[in-house]
Amino acid sequence: MKILVTVKEVAEAADDFEIEGTDIGEQFLEYDLNEWDDYAVEAAVQLSEEYDDVEVVSATIGPERAEETIRMALAKGVDRAIRVWDDDVAAADLDVAAKTRLFASVVEDEDPDLVLSGVQAADDGFGATGVSLADDIGFDWAAVVNHLETEDDLSTAHVHRELEGGVEELTDVDLPAVLTIQTGLNEPRYASLRGIRQAQSKEIAQFGLADLGLDADAVRSPLSRTEMYEPETESDATYFDGSADDQAAELADVLREKGVVAE
Amino acid sequence: MSDVLAVADHRRGVVRDVSLELVRAGRELADDLGGELHLAVIAGDVDGFADTLSLEGVDAIHTVDAGEEFNHDLYAGATAALFEELAPAAVLMPNSVNGLDYAPAVANSLDLPLVADAVGLSYDGGLEATREMYGSKVETTVEVSEEPFAVTVRSGEWPAVEETADVPIEAFEFDFDESTSGARVRGFEEVGAGDVDIADAEFLVSIGRGIEEEENIELIEELAEATGATLSSSRPIVDNGWLPKNRQVGQSGKQVTPDVYLAIGISGAVQHVAGMKGAETIIAINTDPNAPIFDIADYGIVGDLFDVVPALTEQFS
Repeated sequence: MKILVTVKEVAEAADDFEIEGTDIGEQFLEYDLNEWDDYAVEAAVQLSEEYDDVEVVSATIGPERAEETIRMALAKGVDRAIRVWDDDVAAADLDVAAKTRLFASVVEDEDPDLVLSGVQAADDGFGATGVSLADDIGFDWAAVVNHLETEDDLSTAHVHRELEGGVEELTDVDLPAVLTIQTGLNEPRYASLRGIRQAQSKEIAQFGLADLGLDADAVRSPLSRTEMYEPETESDATYFDGSADDQAAELADVLREKGVVAE
Repeated sequence: MSDVLAVADHRRGVVRDVSLELVRAGRELADDLGGELHLAVIAGDVDGFADTLSLEGVDAIHTVDAGEEFNHDLYAGATAALFEELAPAAVLMPNSVNGLDYAPAVANSLDLPLVADAVGLSYDGGLEATREMYGSKVETTVEVSEEPFAVTVRSGEWPAVEETADVPIEAFEFDFDESTSGARVRGFEEVGAGDVDIADAEFLVSIGRGIEEEENIELIEELAEATGATLSSSRPIVDNGWLPKNRQVGQSGKQVTPDVYLAIGISGAVQHVAGMKGAETIIAINTDPNAPIFDIADYGIVGDLFDVVPALTEQFS
């Protein structure tokens, strides 16, 4: 069995940042493995530990810098990695459809039985690539999965989808499938020192558009970001200043005034 | 090609609020486009839902009487078929959990550009959508250069339409056999039951990522004990297994309406705010002065919870 995990390196903005053009200035961004993808990686690695002969392959669309994040996934138990990038991809404003085309080509090459993907990416938050990919490659799917069990013959996944308001939907999905993984599905492991050492020797294959049988049209997007700005603050909060003791004393007065503190 | 097709959301026999908000978003977009607003109602008691959704601004409701509950193959297939029939300029779907499960498939199968999780929409010769990025720290404008297009809209961003109207209802024939679907819904499960119901609490002390380590929760428990408050949390605390699911406030957790909600080390992500904005008084403690929680707070302390919380506990000891 082969499991493909899509892994994204996401940018997080510092508390204090400045916008330059239509993005946050590079110096104010820090990069990390997308939190949702971390749970997807863990789910894949757990399946590889549960069953014999499971290979876990990660796929990332990202520049060379992303290899640091990819190594983190490799250190946690991913067997080998694929990174998709070239000048045309770098120059493109990738929308869901473009990412779908890139990952669909990877799926065509790899022929996985299961694709796991984070529900969304922490930076742009589209939450759409996994389901779009499933539709494109003709796999079944389930989105926002927070519980996963598989039949021993790996024909079916029994999943819970986390709906709003504390309700879960219990669904059976035929494999091959794409599952988009919600946080809380498992407890992502920390990479062990041994894992980190081993990750250094694992393969990260780099593919450009031509390697995937695509051309620049595949990453052409009708979406373009034209503005970025900080939302106007709507805060009309009363702030407490001074030392922590002063702030606590003022807050205590408010709590007493509201009558919620047991005297 | 100037009409808008919007797809309603319902669950377990009840039309969800986001559907009434979609009517507003769809009507405004249809006005910009100079077209009609068509509403699709798929699965379950479609006639009952259509009555509920006969609202001001809707030009036609199309009912798809197939299946009992949400199934993404049904929703994606029926929406695509209606799209082919009506040839609208735009298809609007909710950015709900179910929307996440079928809207990208609709966009892919119809080869439409997709803007997900829009918080604002306008059209003036082209679509301009407003979205958030980087955990709501910034807003962006996204222009779409192709038509037709697909959009999912965030719940709570458009006021619900409640004025009823006499809207023509048409049945739309769509053959669907759920047994052939690769994903089959077996049922639902309520989660988060337990000894404490945070929805009943008058005073909630709620913690988020800012608590950093599990052992630091003790600080907050001491505060809760000293003040008689009930302890709740945002999602990451429950994901980490530090508190049980029945303590989670937010879109996928509990909706709470306490007299006072004291948010400690909670940034105020939109999914969390959806669960607690009904609190009478909101107080936030956070080191980041730009944290979105301060936008909805009545009182704020920009400071380190590890200094402020022990000092606050001291006030009641």
